[in-house]
Amino acid sequence: MVPAALLGIAVLAWILWEVIARGSAALTPAFFTQAPTPPGVEGGGLANAIVGTLVLTAIATGIGTPIGVLAGVFLAEFGTKSRIATAVRFTTNLLMGTPSIIIGIFVYALLVLPVGHFSGWAGAVALAIIIIPVVLRTTEDMLSLVPDELRESALALGAPRWRATLGVVFRAAKTGLVTGVLLAVARVSGETAPLLFTALNSYYWPETINEPTANLTVTIFNYAMSPYADWQEKAWGASLLITVGVLFVGVLSRFVLDRRKKTSWQT
Amino acid sequence: MPNAAVRGASEHRADRAFRVLTAACSLVVIALMAGILFELLANSREALGTFGWRFLTSDAWNPGRAEFGAASSVYGTLVSTAIAMLLAVPLSLAVAVYLVEVAHPRLAKFVGGAIELLAAVPSIIYGMWGLFVFATLMQRHIQPVLGERLGFLPLFQGPPMGIGMLTAGLILALMVLPFITAVTRDVLLMVPPVLKESAHGVGATMWEATRGVSLRYGRRGIVGAVFLGFGRALGETMAVTFVIGNSHRISASLFAAGNTIASSLANEFNEASEPIYLSSLFTLALVLFGLTLVFQIAAHFWVARMQRQETGDR
Amino acid sequence: MSMRSKAVLITAALVFALSLTAPAVAVTLNGAGATFPEPIYALWMSKYHDLTKARINYQGIGSSGGIRQIKAKTVDFGGSDAPMKGPDLREAGLIQFPMVVGGVVPIVNIEGVDAGELRLTPDVLADMFAAEITYWNDERIATLNPQIALPDEPITIVHRAEGSGTTWIFTNYLDKISPKWHETIGTGKIVPWPGGVGAKGNPGVANYVQRVDGSIGYVEFAYAVQNDLAYVLLRNSAGEFVSPTIESFQEAAANADWANADGYYLVLTDQPGEGSWPIVGATFILMQKEQDDAATARSLLEFFDWCYTHGGEMAIEKDYVPIPENVANMVRETWKTELACDGKPVW
Repeated sequence: MVPAALLGIAVLAWILWEVIARGSAALTPAFFTQAPTPPGVEGGGLANAIVGTLVLTAIATGIGTPIGVLAGVFLAEFGTKSRIATAVRFTTNLLMGTPSIIIGIFVYALLVLPVGHFSGWAGAVALAIIIIPVVLRTTEDMLSLVPDELRESALALGAPRWRATLGVVFRAAKTGLVTGVLLAVARVSGETAPLLFTALNSYYWPETINEPTANLTVTIFNYAMSPYADWQEKAWGASLLITVGVLFVGVLSRFVLDRRKKTSWQT
Repeated sequence: MPNAAVRGASEHRADRAFRVLTAACSLVVIALMAGILFELLANSREALGTFGWRFLTSDAWNPGRAEFGAASSVYGTLVSTAIAMLLAVPLSLAVAVYLVEVAHPRLAKFVGGAIELLAAVPSIIYGMWGLFVFATLMQRHIQPVLGERLGFLPLFQGPPMGIGMLTAGLILALMVLPFITAVTRDVLLMVPPVLKESAHGVGATMWEATRGVSLRYGRRGIVGAVFLGFGRALGETMAVTFVIGNSHRISASLFAAGNTIASSLANEFNEASEPIYLSSLFTLALVLFGLTLVFQIAAHFWVARMQRQETGDR
Repeated sequence: MSMRSKAVLITAALVFALSLTAPAVAVTLNGAGATFPEPIYALWMSKYHDLTKARINYQGIGSSGGIRQIKAKTVDFGGSDAPMKGPDLREAGLIQFPMVVGGVVPIVNIEGVDAGELRLTPDVLADMFAAEITYWNDERIATLNPQIALPDEPITIVHRAEGSGTTWIFTNYLDKISPKWHETIGTGKIVPWPGGVGAKGNPGVANYVQRVDGSIGYVEFAYAVQNDLAYVLLRNSAGEFVSPTIESFQEAAANADWANADGYYLVLTDQPGEGSWPIVGATFILMQKEQDDAATARSLLEFFDWCYTHGGEMAIEKDYVPIPENVANMVRETWKTELACDGKPVW
């Protein structure tokens, strides 16, 4: 059993090693500053895709986080045992387990077909749909950990419900919420399938989001399936970049959570 | 000091608005789910209308002649997921048990943390590694050996291509491994030490204590993790599309190329040129959606039943 | 200000700033479709962008994808190597016109075999792709290639996973020269291959052939050249073994009778000529007859016009045969008469 365990760990380590080894050669300054050259022509970079991914992720977070947080608030503060709340919790789990390619197809039917063209907006919405349940769950979990005494004290001081929630309870659960958002962001920045049918991809700088928008993940998909060594190397570089980003956010949120454990609101 | 009686009507309204706003946001989730189901059903109507339930059992896939069937994609989805789970579950348990019971605490913490981070690595990375590193290894070293030793089984017959069903299943296994390991490890860490100590106290070996106490105690969480892993593997696109070989044929051999619902969608959705083709793809998506839903609901009730049994036991 | 509101504001500012940075002159036109011409299209679009700052974004998703997207109007133009027949075009409200001509070549991955070394006849080629010949050292291949030590390895077929005009051209040829193929497999953008693996796009096929030992696939010639793949010599209808070169493509394409092609529907496989490459095809651009925006349509046509008049040398460099001037003029006439916006012609 021990050798099996070690084999499993070894292969996973090997994967990380290959990503680092093959990807680091590609991460030149040009990679971060230039747009792609035509296929088969060496040189250029993926700066447009990096910007595109950042923008799409930012918009998706901007859309998904408020909805997820407010929904989490509802579940934690107002509807702990009601039937709606149970239904919402159950549905949230189902939504979280829905394959992201199905979400991409859904947004295609909703936002690409009627509008008549692919767009970064559709891509961002697809990513937002993935973010909402994650943020909802973390928010509800974090808020329900806040002791009722805090809420009651705020209300006793005459604060209206919404201010009590936003002001007092949020502040207490802040780090947990931030962690939840960070994790959601890390999750969607690596998603490819939802963008395949919504934002598609582009060789150019994203000047407006109302058209196919360059992004790292679909670029990796296209480049990896190509025969050009230069493109394949760039695909590894982009993979390394995303992996580092995701791991960095993971470490960061772990760090934030650990620090939170050391502080306490209980006197 | 202001008190509730003095709070004005406007504040009541603000509170009510707040409550309505948050309720509306939580209903967004339900609306999304309903929306997905609706869109998938609406767009599948044409295919289901033309082919009927035959669609689910037909292994045809000929866009030129407008003949479509879900069987080859469903087969590939189930087979690749089965391979993945058959390998990942025992391996995850082994790794988790190793980390919790055997390894030096500092090493365990480091490796455990690393595995949790690995669980967050995007699946396209696994696909990349599969295509560029693993496929060649499979074709030149692993598949020939399997073909020689186990070639009497139809599962391992046929030319080794490096890409195909078996490779896809193995990559899926690797992808699901960190996730199940991380959850299992967390579950095992929650087993009260006193239970393990009492087992040792009556003379149980480490393996007996693990099996009898820790794994049994953490059954629920572990089963939940396995179900979740299964659900993820069913719908996985990127790890699989690179290495499954994209062929709409059902083959007895694991060396052959195949397709999953997710890889068919990824490859063909943007290209389906006739409405019946697109509708058939929507129907495939509906089938996948249905499969994952069934799985998640089953998992939910299984875990709930285990919970009831446990509280009943005590 | 809470962290969240700050984040929201920053995002909004970023998006707003980005949408403002669009310079007034830059126009983005979107196309999608065949990967067959992608190497030359990408070069043309890049050069045109350098000259005029116009952005033309073309995504290679396969000919079927191109047809679907232009029918759904999610792109401004579609690219397809499988031409639509006249009546289908009219029913869909589209026009199509040829942009460039290229050649499809079989490529192989055999240890020690380089480009232009392996020789195949049409029937052997068809039987290999139909899985009638399954090992490389089969007698029929060996007799054609006595100087090569063919390995005792199974043949892995690499074909296209999605609807492909390249497949259409390739199977059109196989269908013509092999009655067995005509019976069992036929022509199409997707056909029921007897096995092997599917790859996305011409690049995907090139990629898989590079990776899988003992594989055979088919790609547009530019991909074979760009990636140093071992292409094959074929025996043409005149009985000669020919190499895929710009000359052998040109000789095949010289037979093209564009004037009598309804909707420019023309097939160039198995053309007569001593030095003709047998698997040649044109690639087409599809556009909606009814254009929503005259300025956009005009910009697009200006690009295509530039490709006809100035893109010839670049095409030849990449081993594509440019469309002759007289045909280009026919196409321009078609633009004048067939394309309109609100009833007014755009060209």
